[in-house]
Amino acid sequence: MKRRTILAAGVAALALATGGAFADGHAKTKVGFIYVGPIGDGGWTYEHDKGRLAVEAEFGDKVETVYQENVPEGADAERAITQMALQGADIIFTTSFGYMDPTNAVAAKFPDVKFEHATGYKRETPNVSTYSARFYEGRAIQGHIAGKMTKTNKIGYIASFPIPEVIRGINSAYIHAKKVNPDVEFNIIWAYTWFDPAKEADAATALIEQGADVILQHTDSTAPQAAAQKAEGVITFGQASDMGEYAPLPRVSSIIDDWAPYYIARVGAVMDGTWESTDTWDGIGPGMVAIGEISDAVPADVKAEALAMKDALADGSYHAFTGPLNKQDGTPWLAEGETASDGDLAGMSFYVEGLTAEIPN
Amino acid sequence: MITLEKRPEPSRFWSWATPVLAVLLTMVAGGAMFAALGKDPVEAIRTIFWDPLFGEFAFYYRGQLLVKAGPLILIAIGLSMGFRAGIWNIGAEGQYIIGAICGAALGLAFYPFDSFIVFPLMVLAGALGGFLWAMIPGILRVKFNTNEILVSLLLVYVAEFILASMALGALKNPDGAGFPGSRNFRSYPSGFNEEIIAGTGLHWGVVAAFIAVIFAYVLFARHQMGFQIKLAGQAPRAARFGGVNPSRLILFCLGMSGALAGLAGLFEVSGPAGQVSIDFNVGYGFTAIIVAFLGRLHPVGILLAGLLLALTYIGGEAAQSSLGLPAAAIQAFQGMLLFFLLAVDVLTNFRFRFGKREVV
Amino acid sequence: MDLSSINPILLVASLMVAATPIILAAIGELIVEKSGVLNLGVEGMMIVGAICGFAIAVQTGSPFVGFVAAAFGGAVLSLLFGILTQYFLSNQVATGLGLTLFGLGLSSLMGQGYIGIRPPATPRLEIPVLSDIPVLGPVLFNHDLMVYVALGLVVATWAVLKFTRAGLILRAVGENHDAAHALGYKVVRVRLMAITFGGACAGLGGAYLSLVRVPQWTEGMTAGAGWIALAIVVFGAWRPFRVLLGAYLFGGVTVLQLNLQAAGVAIPVEYLSMSPYLITIAVLVIMSSGKAKAALSAPACLGKIFHASS
Repeated sequence: MKRRTILAAGVAALALATGGAFADGHAKTKVGFIYVGPIGDGGWTYEHDKGRLAVEAEFGDKVETVYQENVPEGADAERAITQMALQGADIIFTTSFGYMDPTNAVAAKFPDVKFEHATGYKRETPNVSTYSARFYEGRAIQGHIAGKMTKTNKIGYIASFPIPEVIRGINSAYIHAKKVNPDVEFNIIWAYTWFDPAKEADAATALIEQGADVILQHTDSTAPQAAAQKAEGVITFGQASDMGEYAPLPRVSSIIDDWAPYYIARVGAVMDGTWESTDTWDGIGPGMVAIGEISDAVPADVKAEALAMKDALADGSYHAFTGPLNKQDGTPWLAEGETASDGDLAGMSFYVEGLTAEIPN
Repeated sequence: MITLEKRPEPSRFWSWATPVLAVLLTMVAGGAMFAALGKDPVEAIRTIFWDPLFGEFAFYYRGQLLVKAGPLILIAIGLSMGFRAGIWNIGAEGQYIIGAICGAALGLAFYPFDSFIVFPLMVLAGALGGFLWAMIPGILRVKFNTNEILVSLLLVYVAEFILASMALGALKNPDGAGFPGSRNFRSYPSGFNEEIIAGTGLHWGVVAAFIAVIFAYVLFARHQMGFQIKLAGQAPRAARFGGVNPSRLILFCLGMSGALAGLAGLFEVSGPAGQVSIDFNVGYGFTAIIVAFLGRLHPVGILLAGLLLALTYIGGEAAQSSLGLPAAAIQAFQGMLLFFLLAVDVLTNFRFRFGKREVV
Repeated sequence: MDLSSINPILLVASLMVAATPIILAAIGELIVEKSGVLNLGVEGMMIVGAICGFAIAVQTGSPFVGFVAAAFGGAVLSLLFGILTQYFLSNQVATGLGLTLFGLGLSSLMGQGYIGIRPPATPRLEIPVLSDIPVLGPVLFNHDLMVYVALGLVVATWAVLKFTRAGLILRAVGENHDAAHALGYKVVRVRLMAITFGGACAGLGGAYLSLVRVPQWTEGMTAGAGWIALAIVVFGAWRPFRVLLGAYLFGGVTVLQLNLQAAGVAIPVEYLSMSPYLITIAVLVIMSSGKAKAALSAPACLGKIFHASS
């Protein structure tokens, strides 16, 4: 097949071209990853890359993995994804919310390639799946430990952007802190960045100086951990990765993104031809959200309660958003015993009752 | 002892030969770096420089080259005017963002109204947005003598916060289930900056970039304003005596570069990017400064420099995914290319003399 | 809202820490620009300094050696800029931006083995007696050594520029390189020394981030601090104490806005987040207006290429 004729045929021919690329009959399953940050960010992208390495370890020379780091969202993402599809990737994981539209656009042109988009909701063609993690389950455990352990009753929260994912985390942590400690109060700082170590350190310092003795973070660097360590008697939780280098104090536990089981399962499905478009939203149970070891700085009874909650969340006997719960303005949201629907959670844009701040918009 | 001697006229031969020499030198030095990282240097160099143009998937990459080079050229042309006159707009990134927001906001306000008039209005709004954002440092400079480098640079950060706020608030897609980011222009044909010839990457922004190149060429070669700009840059005192109004010049140069940056933002947001999102901007405004100087502030030079830089981006990405080179290595490689391009440029204006300096 | 929870003493103490990397980088860039050279590569030099300092501190276990290495790393990178701009007469703006690009890439390559490691702690210098003074003690006398080094550099730079022959030569080279050359000063050599000094300072600033402020190595961790340093030099109108003022103003507003957020002040977060940039611009407008041309007191030869034609 002459490539030049394809050039003239334009976009429609892209699909043909891949047909051609696949015709070479590569024996290995080629797995592509698109990363939003550098793999050295020690957080979000770092954990996705650990998932990639787990795929390699699992399947050995039956797979070939490729990745591209630092891919900006938008036009560059579309090119990066197309590039991987052209180079013969069989399945491509796009690991940031901003890749949602580019992923779907490319998927429409490459019906034979499987696409997996993290944290989004659009599956416009049958070769697109979405997956995300129920990090809020981990937040519930954090909230419980925080509520039990705070002495000042002030909990500091470093948030990134006011998006549903982050708001969900704040609500979940607050509900469970409040449950064990009715006097608890949340101070929230919006950093407007996922990653800016100096700013995160400043934010943590500001919260601590105003009396917070627990720092929760939804940004990726360990700077808040270090800031907490300088102050006495402040506890923190690792975010995205374990941040175990700060254990046992200030880091008393962590939420770890563990993508490895999912990636291995999906790549395996491509290999044996059982891959189907799905919408996966997994939590502690299937192992997508892992709880880092709870250190000995946590009193034994609190630790036991936290572990019990973890087990209940894992086997589904407890839901992190269980009524009665009201929205911030006092309107009822969930009745006694009712649990939140995934739809409500996915697009969450309100605080629950008791939180005093306002969500910026 | 080696000394440099200024040529009476820039060398025609070397002005064309130096970029080639620089690319060759970069291939050697970059190849050495890739080899040190354990990759096949020949393959890496071929992937970066050759494959996007002539390789298996060149039919796709050639178009992408235009998509990537378009905004760079458009912004750099605007910046070159100010830079020639000694007016330092470092904040094109901010003007790019504001142009995109204004244009997109107008387009989204019309949604789902279907008319051919929507897109031209968006283009105007984009240019106006960039223009007005650049007028802030312009007016502060003219009225209060405030340094435009600082103001334009700091306004980039302000623009980024406005962008985040828009993507999360006012411009958020009402059908987006609460997720950030505006409606995608792909789903709104009247406001979509579509490829003019499908599959070629040629969208209106690229056309605008070419027009800007011609426009700037004529301006510098023929127009009074072009002359004033050059005079102000080379001999500011003479310019003042020669009747150049410095305030007007400052406002013209900043306004022009702002409008072009705003246009670039609008074309990007309504086409290749598709939507206003938190991280919509990717640094074109800063990279364009490099493009402007690599092109020696000359319109044709900027065109070529923009294409060359776009090539290293596209080829660099390909090298990442096909050879597993880290993104950092590509960044360092681009840095090397810049260093060599800038260093060998000395041959255009100077000649080397060996031996002792002659006593005059 | 609970404004009483903001403790002004702690606020000032933490703004001093927050401003330190910017002060270090800015004071170096001030010297560079005073010599008539515009080096936009501060961000690149900072991050190379950050990884050099981090790596060496981890290897040797001594933060002090780390800081020395950071200064060295920043200086070596800046020499690249110096050779290109001074011997190859390349355009300074483009070379500086290229340096940032190169430095970001290089630092990531160098730092591949250092992710997720904690550096040795930099000891806090509790000056006996003085640090016990109420109010002033915690604000002024209870920081790590680098905070004082940065302040000392500001004072030293001011003194050198104002009182010494070296300062005079530096300013002469920056104001009129042809005249300085005619007087027999080695323009290129002076500028190379200034550039190297600037690189060393930027390296120290970067290492302050990776060894004290954060402390950790992650790619791109300077996150724009070098650009702020550049802006602060302009803000300071090329005068050391105004640079210090600018860095404290910017750092102060940054820390204050975070404190106001934490206290739950009813100002929209977006405006608070923008405030450091807007207030810096506003203050500069106030300071520069009415002073006519003197306000734009940039060194006359800033960014211009020097070539000795005779």
